[in-house]
Amino acid sequence: MTVNGVKRSVGADAETSLLHVLREDLGLKGPRFGCGAGLCGACLVLLDGYPTPSCDTPLWAAEGKDVVTVEGLGDLDSPHPLQQAFLDEQAGQCGYCLSGILISAAALLTRNPAPDEREVAEALDRNLCRCGAQRRMIRAVMRAAKEHP
Amino acid sequence: MSMSARPAVPDHSTHGTGSAPAGRHPEPSGAAVSLPRGVTANPRVSQWLAIHGDGTVHVFSGKAELGQGILTALGQIAADELGVAPHRVLVLAATTASGPDQGFTAGSMSVADSEALRMACAEARALFLREAAARLGVDADEMVVADGVLRDRDGTCKTSYWDLAACVDLDREILGLASPRPVAGRAVVGTSAARVDLPDKLTGRPRFIHDLSLPGRLAGRVVRPPSPAARLLEVDPAPVERLPGVVAVVRDGDFLGVVAETETGAESAAVALRQACRWREEESLPPEESMQAVLRGAETETTVVRDDGAEPGPAATRGSGAGSAAPTATTAPAGTTGTAGTTDGTDGTDGTDGTDGETPVAATSMSATYTRGFLAHASIAPSCGAALWDEDGLTVWSHSQGVHPLRRAIAQAAGVDVATVTVHHVEGAGAYGHNGADDAAYDAVLLARAVPGRPVHVVWSRADELTWSPLGSAMVADVAADLAPDGRLLSWSYDVWSYGHTARPGYAGSPGLLAAAHTERPHPLPPSADPALAGGGGTGRNAVPLYVIPRRSIRAHRALTTPIRTSALRTLGAYLNVFAIESFIDEIAAAAGRDALEYRLAHLTDPRAREVVDRAARAAGWPGQPTEDGVALGIGFARYKDRGAYCAVVAEVEAVHDIRVRRLTIAVDVGRVVNPDGVANQIEGGAVQSTSWTLKEQVRFDRTQITSDDWESYPILRFTEVPEVVVEVIDRPDEPSVGSGEAAQGPTAAAIGNAVAAAVGVRVRDLPITAERVVAAMDD
Ligand code: FES
Ligand code: FES
Repeated sequence: MTVNGVKRSVGADAETSLLHVLREDLGLKGPRFGCGAGLCGACLVLLDGYPTPSCDTPLWAAEGKDVVTVEGLGDLDSPHPLQQAFLDEQAGQCGYCLSGILISAAALLTRNPAPDEREVAEALDRNLCRCGAQRRMIRAVMRAAKEHP
Repeated sequence: MSMSARPAVPDHSTHGTGSAPAGRHPEPSGAAVSLPRGVTANPRVSQWLAIHGDGTVHVFSGKAELGQGILTALGQIAADELGVAPHRVLVLAATTASGPDQGFTAGSMSVADSEALRMACAEARALFLREAAARLGVDADEMVVADGVLRDRDGTCKTSYWDLAACVDLDREILGLASPRPVAGRAVVGTSAARVDLPDKLTGRPRFIHDLSLPGRLAGRVVRPPSPAARLLEVDPAPVERLPGVVAVVRDGDFLGVVAETETGAESAAVALRQACRWREEESLPPEESMQAVLRGAETETTVVRDDGAEPGPAATRGSGAGSAAPTATTAPAGTTGTAGTTDGTDGTDGTDGTDGETPVAATSMSATYTRGFLAHASIAPSCGAALWDEDGLTVWSHSQGVHPLRRAIAQAAGVDVATVTVHHVEGAGAYGHNGADDAAYDAVLLARAVPGRPVHVVWSRADELTWSPLGSAMVADVAADLAPDGRLLSWSYDVWSYGHTARPGYAGSPGLLAAAHTERPHPLPPSADPALAGGGGTGRNAVPLYVIPRRSIRAHRALTTPIRTSALRTLGAYLNVFAIESFIDEIAAAAGRDALEYRLAHLTDPRAREVVDRAARAAGWPGQPTEDGVALGIGFARYKDRGAYCAVVAEVEAVHDIRVRRLTIAVDVGRVVNPDGVANQIEGGAVQSTSWTLKEQVRFDRTQITSDDWESYPILRFTEVPEVVVEVIDRPDEPSVGSGEAAQGPTAAAIGNAVAAAVGVRVRDLPITAERVVAAMDD
């Protein structure tokens, strides 16, 4: 599979979850473990462009596909417009949910570069945030869309 | 483009020492200086900070970053007090290896407790100024500090913290004699400094305890009993031990776990081990459908929170065994008891007193009952911990709220000398009280004991997180009041029943660690208790209305046993108490034909209270335009713990097909504001979380086990359900700073309840307020 633009091959069992492969074998700690059941969104990655829970995606299902984690969106030196906008809005408290939310938001902006608030909320509805930082996150996505049309 | 936050960082170059007695560092004298408790417990400057030759400052804090931004706020305080740019200050995570012991990070006390850090920094500044003055041969009083550079007023003589770092010894006692900078001289405190932890969290860098990379790390999983009272009958570990990658299977009494080379290996071994066990289960939980009666009927410890004497009419007949399951609101016809006394305002209605002298006899009596269910912390990450036993002793990594108390509890439970135990704090997901963090740390300790020399990293499952972490207690409250013919409050009685709200590690002489209760030689979990009233109380927290009421009789009844494990969850008892008080005030105002806002203001004398209520109402456009059917505003107010933040919330609710909170308009007064955006963020988060509690949350259980074990059986608020939140932060530079993390919880619940009642015309007194309950109330 391709991970964040680089071809990678791993020797793990085909039933291993993609989340464990990313975190353990490839050292990408961005995707987080939250529930292991596809219900919280903390572990989302883009699989061929679609936000997908890596916790309940077995490795075989990712074979030959294009995987993008939050690390693949941008880094401290060249952040993705969404990462910069989240920083500017101080959108987050504990931040554990952020990786998955950024992935959902990135997929949304690719599909719909000028969403309204409703569309942003709907696109993020699979992601849970317990700290209650959702309004700031919606504002941050709107800001990223506006500043980087 | 590099990743930097845009909020302005203040320029330090123009700011000097203010009026601090910079040059003098007097020897101890007889002068009594009252030192904050952090200083008395950790009296040396070097316990709080270190200044390095490379131009950086390290701050050691005993406080834990729980997602609330405390590291940022403490860095701001240190930067200001020392007179350095904030980017030079690094606040290190709490650890028992160094730094101060500040107990638990809880109760919205961190910013208030930071006075100790401020004092230590002021002392350090004075020591450096004295050294600089001596070397440069100038009067220390004439010197100023600008971003760590110490110079005389015209700038001809200068040196810096960094130049002097090697020769100023901070291993000295804090005497409290260097005055902190006056508020006006603070350049960083009061600004919205960007959160220091966010860049890592936005780019997926390892920062959480789940991301720890320790050399030789093994993965651990615990196999918990299937239910709280279950006992292990037999287990055959042999087949599990033979699984590939399994390093150890651990059994100690009813505590079971596996250690494996990989996460996947540990997960499959845990599944296999679970299948290899036979348990005897037992019904030990109370019947969910009659929690009210269970709480009322429990043997309790009763605390009189306030007693001004006589009881109001209805309450006198209420007993603790009433057990009425149905909410009751009774309104006697006006005038039925009004046979004597004055009703014309000559009885001292200035709102200042009324506990003696002439008080009018009540014209109306009202009463009602309010309840809440159990609530889960439901952190977005499951609890996690790591431990390593080696020749140096025991090292533990935890997202605990208190590394020092946890260290003592671990030593006690594991039967080792506390001096051999080190606990490091590592950030976890947001913590809202006493969750499973400490328990997960002890799980790791027990598993790692089987593999000396290798660290074991334990992660809980989502199901264990929801069913084994302590819960916030179910509660029931009876409130009754007498009103004068003009609607004025004459007396108020309040009785609230609950399980205890604290069972933190070390409580009641017990480690208070889950796994320690399951081992061969167990340390059972003691029944949860309540913090003392002086510490804010638990069941009785915020049970006293701030309104002027001549006679109040307020009692908190805490059950002596805890059939469901409960402990501290954000605001403890205040969530229900504020909901009950503020709902009842609305019910009274409505019965008296008065506007809810006007009625509150008529009974509030504290100007800070009046201001938040008034500002929130005005910002929300109170009383609103009833243009749409099923849409209305409701208000709620409280001062957290009676001495913390003032907070008023106006909710706009739409109750047509479902209940939607459209908008929350909030005014908050936290005294002097350290970080305005940080306060707004905390208030917003608290209000949204409270909206989730209030509309959706209730832990479900049968007689044997908790059945809310995933996000489907314990749903929380989703993005499309989150209200718009507008926060106005009132800065009071001359008032002490108080925490903001818990201020919005109760008022938000009350505002939503009041808005729902205004929108649909019936009152739901049981939390959560669901569409089904609204329909049921309409049918009644
Ligand atoms: S961890 Fe994958 S959705 Fe929750
Ligand atoms: S910021 Fe803590 S869960 Fe979203």
